[in-house]
Amino acid sequence: MALFTLNINGKKQEVDVDPTTPMLWVLRDHLNLVGTKYGCGIAQCGACTIHLDGTATRACMLPVSSVGNQNITTIEGLSENGDHPVQKAWLEVDVPQCGYCQAGQIMTAASLLEKNPNPTDEEIEMAMNGNICRCGTYLRIRKAVKMAANS
Amino acid sequence: MTLVKTKIGRRAFIRNTGLASGGLVLGFNWLASCKMTPEQVNSLPKEWFDLNGFLKVGDNGLVTIMSPNPEIGQNVKTAMPMIVAEELDVAWKDVIVEQAPLNTDIFTRQLAGGSQSIRQGWESLRMAGATARQMLKEAAAQAWQVPVSEITTKEGQLMHEASGKSAGYGEMASAATAIEVPEEVELKDINTFSIIGTNKKNVDGPKIVTGQPLYGLDVQREGMLIAMIVHPPAFGMKYKSMNAESVKSMPGIKDVFHFEVYPETVEKQWSDGGGIPELVAIVGNSTWECMQAKKALEVEWEEASKLESTAYHDEALTALLEKPTEQPARKDGDVDAAFKKAAKIVESTYSAPYLAHNTMEPMNFFAHVTSEKAELLGPIQTPEFLEKTLVSRLGMPAEKIDIMMTRMGGGFGRRLYGTFAVEAAAISQKMNAPVKLVYSREDDMTQGTYRPSYKVKYKAGLDENGNLIAWHVRGAGTNDDLIFEDRFPAGAVDNYLAEKHVLPTNVTTGAWRAPRSNFIAGAEQAFMDEVAEASGKDPIEFRLELFDRAINNPVGDPKKNDYDPERYAGVLKLVKEKANWNDTDNGKSRGVSAYYCHNSYVAQVLDLEEGSGTPKVGKVWCAVDCGIVINPLSAKNQVEGGIVDGIGHSTFSAMTFTDGKPNQSNFDKYRLIRNMEAPKEVETFFVDNGIDPTGLGEPSLPPIVGALANALYKATGRRHYSQPFISDRPPLVG
Ligand code: FES
Ligand code: FES
Repeated sequence: MALFTLNINGKKQEVDVDPTTPMLWVLRDHLNLVGTKYGCGIAQCGACTIHLDGTATRACMLPVSSVGNQNITTIEGLSENGDHPVQKAWLEVDVPQCGYCQAGQIMTAASLLEKNPNPTDEEIEMAMNGNICRCGTYLRIRKAVKMAANS
Repeated sequence: MTLVKTKIGRRAFIRNTGLASGGLVLGFNWLASCKMTPEQVNSLPKEWFDLNGFLKVGDNGLVTIMSPNPEIGQNVKTAMPMIVAEELDVAWKDVIVEQAPLNTDIFTRQLAGGSQSIRQGWESLRMAGATARQMLKEAAAQAWQVPVSEITTKEGQLMHEASGKSAGYGEMASAATAIEVPEEVELKDINTFSIIGTNKKNVDGPKIVTGQPLYGLDVQREGMLIAMIVHPPAFGMKYKSMNAESVKSMPGIKDVFHFEVYPETVEKQWSDGGGIPELVAIVGNSTWECMQAKKALEVEWEEASKLESTAYHDEALTALLEKPTEQPARKDGDVDAAFKKAAKIVESTYSAPYLAHNTMEPMNFFAHVTSEKAELLGPIQTPEFLEKTLVSRLGMPAEKIDIMMTRMGGGFGRRLYGTFAVEAAAISQKMNAPVKLVYSREDDMTQGTYRPSYKVKYKAGLDENGNLIAWHVRGAGTNDDLIFEDRFPAGAVDNYLAEKHVLPTNVTTGAWRAPRSNFIAGAEQAFMDEVAEASGKDPIEFRLELFDRAINNPVGDPKKNDYDPERYAGVLKLVKEKANWNDTDNGKSRGVSAYYCHNSYVAQVLDLEEGSGTPKVGKVWCAVDCGIVINPLSAKNQVEGGIVDGIGHSTFSAMTFTDGKPNQSNFDKYRLIRNMEAPKEVETFFVDNGIDPTGLGEPSLPPIVGALANALYKATGRRHYSQPFISDRPPLVG
């Protein structure tokens, strides 16, 4: 066990955990931030996507000991009132089916648009390709990313 | 207006049942949806009045509507309350939706499966709304001393035109609770619907996009422990022994034990099928600590039955295809005689592997079992059956067992089999503590309950004019018999023979989105294409001729035929027109397919675009006849999802075994369709016929496999017989 001070959603948070614990489980089990989802645990599905200093990162393979004082943003902290342009577009397009993958999708999309505000269709598909949606909402995901880019 | 007796779901209309008085709902804001807008939150009523188990009217006119059925992504949590709201005649903005807990006194069929929620809920949901509206009208009539027949409603308002009196539902709600439940209620004329048939957004949308707790895996409770299971590494193995001492002292670990999930005394339900009888449980403080202990734990297993490999399944299924069955499933005319005089014979065999469900949210369940009561909370498609098993497993009467459903991160049939909830309850009982059982992805993927592996052999005979005179289908599946003998083209061919074999195996299988149809539709529609080609006819015309036959001069007893040929032909004609089928000059390779399952009809045209070497799915046109569409916005989402799902699994996915051991255990080896591989565009058209609604969670999946196979043939000149198509010799898509 070791003590870590983390910057999460603009707040300092302390946790006392095994240093190998992935951020995914630190968030979910220790900080009760359950918006970040577990899907595979091996960086294959994107359900656990968070931002590490603004870059979309898989939290399931990110040991808490490697985070240091980098800023972590989770879906809960993406916007104050759920009104990030990507979140708004997601609601407008009515993307979710089961919804389980969508936090990860939104975090990936938000990071894409941060770096590339006007992505082409191919760039959107490429960027979103690491996030599996078992329900198959890919078409609406593309549409919502485009809508967010245009807003 | 239609007058209907309120007899169906009659128990639903006994007021002050458990829901109203037991505090079951109010105690769990977990179940409330986030559809509540800020305005609604600011104006929550001081008091709620239960008019029946489906709904409560607040003193300020807000209405809470319970969504009775499990939500697995098929969007019933929005659609079912829409139906109630329609008949209640309340504005959708004034509706708050809550997930109902399991309550068999009030609700019937709280089950998500077979695309039946809307179809089977239609009448009782309408009645729930209409009954409450009637009671509000009667309350107003009494208050105003006017005949109830003169009272009209509109969007939560009661009005009496002659006297100019009006009141909101909230003002009459208290008085309405004293009104006798009417014997008969009026249902709206479907042409006056103002909510049904309009686009309504997912009621949980705001919670989903902000990451609020909604799913079973998100459950947190004071003092809650995490549990994980270790199951046998191969089908055919069972627990022998373990040395858990060193693991028990690992950080955060509370206990490690072997347990029987289903001791012999337990009365199992069908929903327990596939459950592994004995497991090892690891219980600890956190998921990561349990995962570490799981890695360190060494368990010895022993062989209990044959260790089967995919090669064995393939050989055994192939052998069955050569064997006539003792009793045909259906026989019309004489296929052998017809084949003898046929001018042309077409013969092909199709096959598909096992598939895992792979819901994005792995199996999990929260259980808190004490000597007094059992509280279960989590993702399950069959809560009613779970309750029955728990009564037997825990030795507790049903009244002491509360089961609540969370939103589910996918179902696809997997959560029909609530063995994980039984496991959670058993572990909690043993630990005497609240426990959340969590399957790792690997546990989830290798546990079983798979879509069976299938093979089917078709033989068709054509006369010299290219007319279909004989059709012989023989199918085989692992633990499953595959063939729907009374579906198309039964009834449209004079000489017809359907035979089905089952290969029993110890690799457990279960319903997987559109069971059997998910394979047989693609095989049948691909074969139909081969036969149409041999007949020299256009594939759509060829199918339409057969439907004409089934309409005008059906073979056998037409009541036996499990489809309506007019509706079937209807979707095919619609998609033909919308896709501009005869435009063959567009440089694209197109395939067509049509199928009927789960009471709905779907026809699709799929275009492949030839890009840099590998064809990619371009546009899909989809015509659907599912009767009245409750919520077109989410209905289209379902259709698109089914299409992506069907293309994905038939192209990429497979579950294979070596000596009983699954070769795939996570998404690095088990390939699922991804964003770049999904169609460019899907356009969906619904037949507008006013027929009572049927299901939509499954029907768009099965036919798309045929449309894809047929388009692949156009693109490559080669038929694709074996799924996944990507491994059917040279990779083709992706
Ligand atoms: S859970 Fe991290 S990528 Fe799947
Ligand atoms: S919405 Fe269900 S996994 Fe994406």
